[in-house]
Amino acid sequence: MADTKELINALSKKHGIERKSLLPILQGIVEKENYLSKDSMLEVAKVLDISAAEVYGTASFFSFLDTKERGQYVVRVCKSMTCDMKGKEEILSTIESVLKIKIGETSQDKKFSLLETNCLGLCEEGPAMIINDDYFVKLTPEKIREIFGRYLRNEI
Amino acid sequence: MTQKPKKVDIIFSPYSVAPYQILKDTMKRSKEEVIAELVSSGLRGRGGAGFPTGMKWKFATEQKGSVKYVICNADEGEPGTFKDRKLLMSVPRKVISGMAICAWVTGSTEGFIYLRREYKYLVNDLQKEIDIFKQHSKEVGLNFNLQIFLGAGAYVCGEETALIESMEGKRGEPRNKPPYPIQDGFLGKPTVVNNVETFASASMVCRIGATEYKKFGTADQRGSKLFSISGDSPKEGVFELELGMSVEAFANEFGDGDTKAVQVGGVAGFCVPRKDFAKAIIGDGNTTGGSTMIFNSSRSMYRVLHNYLDFYAEESCGQCTPCRIGCQQLLKGIEAVKKGEKPAEYLDQLLKLSESMRLTSKCGLGQSVTNSFSSIVTNFREEMIF
Ligand code: FES
Repeated sequence: MADTKELINALSKKHGIERKSLLPILQGIVEKENYLSKDSMLEVAKVLDISAAEVYGTASFFSFLDTKERGQYVVRVCKSMTCDMKGKEEILSTIESVLKIKIGETSQDKKFSLLETNCLGLCEEGPAMIINDDYFVKLTPEKIREIFGRYLRNEI
Repeated sequence: MTQKPKKVDIIFSPYSVAPYQILKDTMKRSKEEVIAELVSSGLRGRGGAGFPTGMKWKFATEQKGSVKYVICNADEGEPGTFKDRKLLMSVPRKVISGMAICAWVTGSTEGFIYLRREYKYLVNDLQKEIDIFKQHSKEVGLNFNLQIFLGAGAYVCGEETALIESMEGKRGEPRNKPPYPIQDGFLGKPTVVNNVETFASASMVCRIGATEYKKFGTADQRGSKLFSISGDSPKEGVFELELGMSVEAFANEFGDGDTKAVQVGGVAGFCVPRKDFAKAIIGDGNTTGGSTMIFNSSRSMYRVLHNYLDFYAEESCGQCTPCRIGCQQLLKGIEAVKKGEKPAEYLDQLLKLSESMRLTSKCGLGQSVTNSFSSIVTNFREEMIF
């Protein structure tokens, strides 16, 4: 918690303490802590002098501001139409079996979370996914095993 | 024999004149002249709503006050669209020079590129481009402070007032219009919000002039347009095409020979079945977003519609009842008909519901659900039932 306080302090110095600073601050927390904990949202509310409900209300609106605990690597697999046509189901089931977690879950070691997401704007190269900020396209089950093999061996 | 779609090569072609030279040349002209040129070019917004760009800039110019904002809407979230990503990756200077021209014309000193969170991997390169731009703007004496604002993941933020709300640190819920952002935008100040492609096109109009630009397209929609093409196509990707082609010509060129339907304008657009290919035109205000998905005969249109509705139910901001409840009920409804829990006639009730959503939803999201819903349910009714 002391770390979180420090982080929020630093973020508010960088982005300001106006209402318009809220999104960049929340993004900064997610970047470091993978999600927005109750404590971090309460602290932001205090620093920005707004109600905690306002902070939670805003955070819960956006799909990249997770209010549920997430792993170090958040995997988001596109489920929109073109990727669906190109076999995203098989991709998802391969990831589920490689990481041994289901959609919406986080692995026990808190390393991975698996989520579905809407169109990533990579349709022409679908099926597509992003892991944190990096994107991966033209996915096949083999490619999935290879990519996660690297993550699991800490080569990334 | 239908005519082939005409490919155009302006937006991605290397300029003979560098983008920042265009800015410099444009700033030698009078502002009135530049606005008149844009108005006469007939350029319309390329994001979805299709508002005439020249008029928008003109209104912004007429607003009083010393603080105005220019925002580039790069919150490209329509399923099947990826042209703005291509633009920002391959010709960012054309986009930035368009923004700079807009800032100069309207007297704005602050600008933002609102980049969707999914494209965060573009931030570093884009920031480098902004730094390069800073040198050029100093050279031409333009005071325009440009920054990137990163979105946080919400389709509805592509709607300009929702985008502004989110920039102000609030839930991305669309506002009532009027007032329009032009009068009362970011932090209550006059704000021009245009799509990425619109800025690139505006800079193009400044380079080649309205007369040249008008030679492309139809009377209704001038110029060229970027199309994001995906699905059952051997040629997926971004193509710059002249507006006004038939879906038939389009399917012949980009389909795999077995095209059953074409989704024009993304999930918010229309699904055109094969029997209508000849008479349906791409470009009559139905496609400004440019997402086109091609389905061949192996595709289940029930699955397509289910996918769309699932998307809508998730992305509805929940602010207005018709859209929030409507999206959920349409999804449940088609599932019930498919399972035989409801009779086929129930589809007609759902069609009525989607029409009510069009009439009563607050923003374009809820209003447009009926486009794909009714075009799929009416044209592929058997697939919804059996
Ligand atoms: S449909 Fe998956 S990236 Fe667009």
